[in-house]
Amino acid sequence: MSRTEQQGRRVFLKKTATAAAVAIAPGVMLHALPAAAAPRVEAVSGKIRWGMLIDASKCADGCSDCVTACDKENGLDLVDMPAGAEEALWERQRPRWIRQVKLKDNLSGKITNLPMMCQHCEKPPCVDVCPTGASFRRADGIVMVDRHICIGCRYCMMACPYKARSFIHAEVAEKLTHTPRGKGCVESCNLCVHRLDNGESTTACQDACKHQAIVFGDLNDPESAVSRALKKYPSVQIRADLKLNTGIRYSNV
Amino acid sequence: MIRNRSIMLFLAGAMLGLAIGPGNAFAGEAVEGTAKADKLEQCVEPTPVMRRNHFEFIKHQRDLTVHQGIRGSKHSLAGCIDCHARKDASGKAVPVNAQGQFCAGCHEYVAASLDCFSCHSAVPGEK
Ligand code: SF4
Ligand code: SF4
Repeated sequence: MSRTEQQGRRVFLKKTATAAAVAIAPGVMLHALPAAAAPRVEAVSGKIRWGMLIDASKCADGCSDCVTACDKENGLDLVDMPAGAEEALWERQRPRWIRQVKLKDNLSGKITNLPMMCQHCEKPPCVDVCPTGASFRRADGIVMVDRHICIGCRYCMMACPYKARSFIHAEVAEKLTHTPRGKGCVESCNLCVHRLDNGESTTACQDACKHQAIVFGDLNDPESAVSRALKKYPSVQIRADLKLNTGIRYSNV
Repeated sequence: MIRNRSIMLFLAGAMLGLAIGPGNAFAGEAVEGTAKADKLEQCVEPTPVMRRNHFEFIKHQRDLTVHQGIRGSKHSLAGCIDCHARKDASGKAVPVNAQGQFCAGCHEYVAASLDCFSCHSAVPGEK
């Protein structure tokens, strides 16, 4: 889907938003905006904790729709390979907020696919190690980098157990208004914070997943779709042994 | 701090000087009168206040936006760009940091480096 098409769809969503979800085709539901979607004027609070449940059994082999959607939403597709760089190296180092991970059980040979991004830890190691305070956890549970303060030391990249963070190595010619980006800063998934702050309630990856593998919402609200799903199905934290209390949970891993 | 003050005063003075000087000579391909601001009486604050304090306003606002998620405030860099970017003859927005444009015009004149746009987009965002 091109960027303009995607924008068009969001405008469409805004126009057709009702309190309930919008059905665009049998079986395909789009999550609607709250009736009064407006930019936030009050500070976020700890009443909400944003999180996700990802059903790895629904995540299809070879599908990368969430990755493409994230790249478009956050302008990652506008970051060009530096002149003279090695293609293979670029593929490994290019900024990416979400990755497809394939797991293979050596005993049974069973393959599991899952999307991996910042797990929005309640006790984030990236925040612990940051010498400047640039890596921080917002009151509503979103872990972000304040680029105004980040010095690009990349301690946080080393500390993150999930390899969730990317570094911007060179100047970026084109950037989106809602996702500023410049040479020498670290960045990672922010749960589409610009959408949430503008009154929307879905992330780009969730909207893009036609297999409905991603449920996003408020973990503190027992009635939210994500809380209800977490209550109903068994789920795990990746590297639960680290006791980070991640906001992103997985089932069928 | 004292140094900052004097730079501020110098900046403000220089901008006032610019404003009464001859029209913008470096407009390049941007067409005069095509910015939203060209059609408005006043900015979000009176013009002298904006001239002296615009960086204070957006510096406070950036912290509120990044750390508290407040995006509906009166002061915002995105708002500056949305309103002050001119268009060229084909209707395409000209970056506010292009030579002689709204931000660059004064910043070049007073040799105050303009770092916002090494990360921020200098043209209005797609709505
Ligand atoms: S997953 Fe990594 S980047 Fe995200 S909060 Fe945890 S340590 Fe930080
Ligand atoms: S790279 Fe930036 S966010 Fe990460 S630890 Fe260093 S200063 Fe903090």
